[in-house]
Amino acid sequence: MSEDVNEEVVDEAQVDEPDAGEAMEMAYDCPVSWSREQKVIHVARDRWRHLAHTLLADGWNMCIDLTSVDYLSYSANRNLPTGVAPERFEVVASFISHKRGERLRARTQVPADDTRVDSLYAIYPGTDYLEREVYDLMGIEFTDHPDLSRILMPENWEGHPLRKDYGINAIPVQFKAHEAPETAS
Amino acid sequence: MTVTEENVAEENVTEQSVAQEAAYTDQLHALPRAKAVLRMSEVKAAEMIDQPLDGENDQTMLINMGPAHPSTHGVLRLMLEMDGETIRRSKPIVGYLHTGMEKQGEELTYLQGCTNTTRMDYAAPLFNELVFSMATEELIGIEVPERATWIRMLMCEMNRISSHLLFMATNGMDLGAVSMMIYGWREREQVLRFFQKVTGLRMNHNYIRPGGVAADLPDGWRDDVRFLLDMLPHRLDEYDILMTGQPIWRDRLQGVGVISQAEAIALSVTGPILRSTGVAWDLRRDMPYLAYDDVDFDVVVGSYGDAFDRYAIRLAEIRESMRIVGQILDKMPEGDYRVQDAKVTPPPRARIDESMEALIHHFKIFTEGFKVPEGEVYVSVESPRGELGCYIVSDGGPKPYRMHIRGPSFVNLQSMPHMLADAFLADGVAIISSVDPILGEVDR
Repeated sequence: MSEDVNEEVVDEAQVDEPDAGEAMEMAYDCPVSWSREQKVIHVARDRWRHLAHTLLADGWNMCIDLTSVDYLSYSANRNLPTGVAPERFEVVASFISHKRGERLRARTQVPADDTRVDSLYAIYPGTDYLEREVYDLMGIEFTDHPDLSRILMPENWEGHPLRKDYGINAIPVQFKAHEAPETAS
Repeated sequence: MTVTEENVAEENVTEQSVAQEAAYTDQLHALPRAKAVLRMSEVKAAEMIDQPLDGENDQTMLINMGPAHPSTHGVLRLMLEMDGETIRRSKPIVGYLHTGMEKQGEELTYLQGCTNTTRMDYAAPLFNELVFSMATEELIGIEVPERATWIRMLMCEMNRISSHLLFMATNGMDLGAVSMMIYGWREREQVLRFFQKVTGLRMNHNYIRPGGVAADLPDGWRDDVRFLLDMLPHRLDEYDILMTGQPIWRDRLQGVGVISQAEAIALSVTGPILRSTGVAWDLRRDMPYLAYDDVDFDVVVGSYGDAFDRYAIRLAEIRESMRIVGQILDKMPEGDYRVQDAKVTPPPRARIDESMEALIHHFKIFTEGFKVPEGEVYVSVESPRGELGCYIVSDGGPKPYRMHIRGPSFVNLQSMPHMLADAFLADGVAIISSVDPILGEVDR
């Protein structure tokens, strides 16, 4: 896996830390941003699984949600802390701690030319279907997932519908076992 | 038990991932039945048909159940690996109701968004509207008036009652208590009649909207609520006689579909299934939203994590919801039913007749929608099935840039293969029923 971009992200984050001083809030060695009073940590893609390990050990006992966003046509401010380079895709996971009664959100940047992220299945098995859904609809591949297959779309579907460049209103209805959509029109 | 299609197969179906799984640690080790998750593509399963019969080496059989099976609650399909009457491994196959609602959500304005989300969990539509509205309000940074908050709470608790009544009906029918089907439906219908009076519709109300609710409660709503609160306790007592205390009912449910606390947490299970394992986790109490701080209710937990606990918890939750509704009757404040913020609220009907500006404003809000400041937010509520979450990314426009719904049914479905492991197929029906999945929400 070519991790050049992400290593840069990590390095920059570490370099920036002393410069930013008190302005840069950190949690679990990751820069923190706040969105509507919700805490969001931004982790480099190659430390995604490592972060999950740390979070589980620190009492975040449930990964409640995992989803993804395609920022292809997003023009507004993405609210990324300094040092985090924006990429096209983003995987977002929400964690919950039953003991503390708190939530935490983690975002990681995924470049368009290498859409691979480590699977959290081994650490939080509850992400099984959620990762399959993200793979199905957004085309992000989770390495080491035990069964990375489509879940909502038919198995032989082509394309990932939630991507912003996926044409809508232009696809003839496909049914399972109907291989030739062209003849339908 | 009707099996729609039978595939005869050999034993050695997909073992490849099992060795891999053994190397993993962390929460995965809390899943002793992880091997019960069947991971086989439909193509592979279809190839199995051509496998020759092989005498004594034939030990298990692949059977397809659903999606048109009456006990699979809509269009859930299960691929079951059977060893005689016993389920060894299973794979829920979903997606038959997938209509791209998250994609659709990016094309609808925030005001239209509720018409979309309300169709996800069609047994508890008001919760879907609520979570979408709360996420939108969080992004805009508006606070809804007190009365709107309490109306939302009233409607949601009534919806929880109707949703659990639906569960009572279907759970009873699945297990052969066919009269329960009629009883549960009858009581649910009474609640839906109340919804019809308030919102105009029995389902898919589009009643809770960003900024408040669509209309104030109609005259005489207190009488209607009191009528339900008077009627239901007696009917619930009948359920107790018909089901809870019955030895046959208990035999069918007790010790069936057991899931441990560690398994439930590892699988991100929420709602009555999580509470049946003894985890007292209810967002209404632990992360209060609306005005749940101001009402008294108990979080009902089980101790065995079996299908009976899940049934009993839902029955008890109906009673708890009635308790909350009773308190809402006393505490319902006066005031506005929607926020008077010209940004999100259309002008009142009377103003449109006399003011050109009001007419334009009204037109703009319903055609262009209102702009929502950029940002991202995750908001969640306790739906009858567990944590219902909504993640919205806004780019400052009138439509969500990305709208994701975390459906509790979808995530809870992961626990099904673990519960079905080494259960009889007949118990499988009880287990599917006790998970109470709503496929509209699973597939979205």
